[in-house]
Amino acid sequence: MSTNLQFDQIRLPPECERLRQDVRAFLAEEIASGTFDPYRPGHGDSHDRAFSKRIGAKGWIGMTWPKKYGGHERSFLERYVVTEEFRVANAPVRLHFVADRQSGPILLKYAPEHVKADILPRICRGELCFVIGMSEPGSGSDLFAAKTKATKVAKGWSINGSKIWTSNAHVADYMLGLFRTSPPSKENRRHGLTQFLVDMKSPGITVNPIYQMTGQHDFNEVVFDDAFVPDDHVMGEIDGAWKQATSELAYERSGPERFLETFYVMLELIRALGPEPDIRSAEGLGRLVAQLHGLRRMSVSVAGMLQAGKEPMVEGAIVKDLGTVWEQKLPHRVRELTAFLAPEIGNRATLEEQLAFATTVAPKLTIQGGTTEILRGIIARGLGLR
Amino acid sequence: MTGESDHIVAETAARIFAEFADPQTINRAKNDAWKAQLWRTVSDAGLPLAWVPEHLGGSGANLADGFAVLGAAGRFAIAIPLAETLMAGWLLARAGLVSPGDAMTVAPARPRDRIALGKDGTLSGRALGIPFAPDAQHIAVVTEDVTGTVVALVAAKDCGIDKGQTPAGDASNVVIFDRVKPLRHARAADLDGTALMLMGSVTRSVQTAGALEAVLSLSIAYANDRIAFERPIGKFQAVQQNLARLAGEVAAALAVSGSASDSVAQNGVFDEAVFLEAASAKIRCAEAATEGASIAHQVFGAIGFTKEHVLHRFTLRMLAWRDDFGNESYWAAELGKYVARRGADEFWPLVASR
Repeated sequence: MSTNLQFDQIRLPPECERLRQDVRAFLAEEIASGTFDPYRPGHGDSHDRAFSKRIGAKGWIGMTWPKKYGGHERSFLERYVVTEEFRVANAPVRLHFVADRQSGPILLKYAPEHVKADILPRICRGELCFVIGMSEPGSGSDLFAAKTKATKVAKGWSINGSKIWTSNAHVADYMLGLFRTSPPSKENRRHGLTQFLVDMKSPGITVNPIYQMTGQHDFNEVVFDDAFVPDDHVMGEIDGAWKQATSELAYERSGPERFLETFYVMLELIRALGPEPDIRSAEGLGRLVAQLHGLRRMSVSVAGMLQAGKEPMVEGAIVKDLGTVWEQKLPHRVRELTAFLAPEIGNRATLEEQLAFATTVAPKLTIQGGTTEILRGIIARGLGLR
Repeated sequence: MTGESDHIVAETAARIFAEFADPQTINRAKNDAWKAQLWRTVSDAGLPLAWVPEHLGGSGANLADGFAVLGAAGRFAIAIPLAETLMAGWLLARAGLVSPGDAMTVAPARPRDRIALGKDGTLSGRALGIPFAPDAQHIAVVTEDVTGTVVALVAAKDCGIDKGQTPAGDASNVVIFDRVKPLRHARAADLDGTALMLMGSVTRSVQTAGALEAVLSLSIAYANDRIAFERPIGKFQAVQQNLARLAGEVAAALAVSGSASDSVAQNGVFDEAVFLEAASAKIRCAEAATEGASIAHQVFGAIGFTKEHVLHRFTLRMLAWRDDFGNESYWAAELGKYVARRGADEFWPLVASR
């Protein structure tokens, strides 16, 4: 029975602290020059190609990848520090974030050499935006029900069907998508899907916007009508995509972006309460501080264990479950804790604007990248229950 | 890094607990005879005075070793004053005092309680919720005179002790010091009443995380075993979701208590970093105990509510531990005040510094 949950006590080494100071100085300059406003959290969701290129020039994209592909061969803990500092500042990193977090590592593992040599350095320079093509109108959490087809043609594959909820698709250069190359087998319903790298500029691809309840445009529907993908853009085993999504998921699930998405309202709460909060507010704030500290220690621990070559699958899923539920509740807790404050507190307008935004964003946090229910199913399996 | 010795000491403890403190056996025991035997065995292994250097009468293990023993003690819901004697020995050693070889506890155990050291050298005051006071021969007391913190060793028989107990049935007592003359006392540098509360909080957090680990194992085993509607209840998604939530609480408790005990072991002094870590651990572990106990009892249903089932040995104990050395509301208010005083701009640097 694998009920031994483990969290190694990982402390960030000194090189991480030096790096953190560099990142903070860079962000302060960018804020001063008007690139983004840390008090306007919606900004963190936007795509800023020029900003991403400046981040790439700093060496903060593809940090852990081999130097021969434009990477910097730094540790996962150093990448962790960069990620959390950008997130806390509400810096707009959407353009390169997906490529940096999950697409690049998949290419590193499965792409042919010449494809890696072509694409990875461009990701590292902050030039490429990736979109993940998984969900379809008839398959969301049930990934392996995907129907969008890739049919073998001369020198490649022809794709027909559609993907949905594809964040970034309207600005993306490439998609990493799952497409059906064979029907599921009797023994294994997960069989028959293959992962492809798709150039979004290929003929036969249409991107239709789907506006979100926040008013933002992030989601899209991507329609494929005989879109051609060459043979060398197949990522890994034909029909065997289900074997490929394992350890990198722990990494994707457990990062600081899984509990810091609404962090700005906590800072506004502290500003609103002032230096001498009443006992109710102080207790409420203290609990949030303890919970946040706990989440971060878990998240850093998973990053450190991954760096050490371990595979903390269950621990990673737990960080995302606890983290997303926490960041979802955070705006509501802040609302309660500021309920009795005087109407004329200095940051009332900022607080209300941020709360409105965080409250509107909150519902998606426990859905994106694997719902709470799916995560808990994964945890239950890890515990030996299914 | 804690190194190898951590494993050896903790493994010794776990072996002793498995043999002499099996929860099922204890739960069925007709009397308390097991307590004396267990105490003798852990004493022979040097566990109660693990945090006391050899020249002061202890076995001279490091802080990490002792915390590992406490984790194991939590996993067995150990109901003898082992954690309390460890803490008492640690306190006495911080003041350079020799530890006696028998069971001890510490006072105060609530943040607001004060025991005064009079000009005549006697102790006066009242301390609530002192764990295992009737089971201890000695009490290590943190007290203050005009010049600073003093640690005093008193004989338990010289104090007034009431008959209180926790919901788990462990002694938890009001202790009255009425001009009690200490057996010995000494000034302790780098230590005050808050340090004892923080050390106690980390101790209880580590025990709680251990108890939660055991509760999770028991719950999973039961869910895989118990058949209802023609299949193991662990096959039902509603039960799986609950157990996944329980695992989340266990994970949080393990991570935050591990982080706090590591901080105490590495830092040695009770600075602001240790305050953040220890207070957070107590808050989060207490929350996990509340949440975890209710989920586990829900999984077990009626059988888990019986005297004969072992579940209550863990759940009631971890719920009771919430109240020792500052409850989660107390520490949350302290932590909230601290963060508010530093201001918003200093908040993220504080979190990121750990």
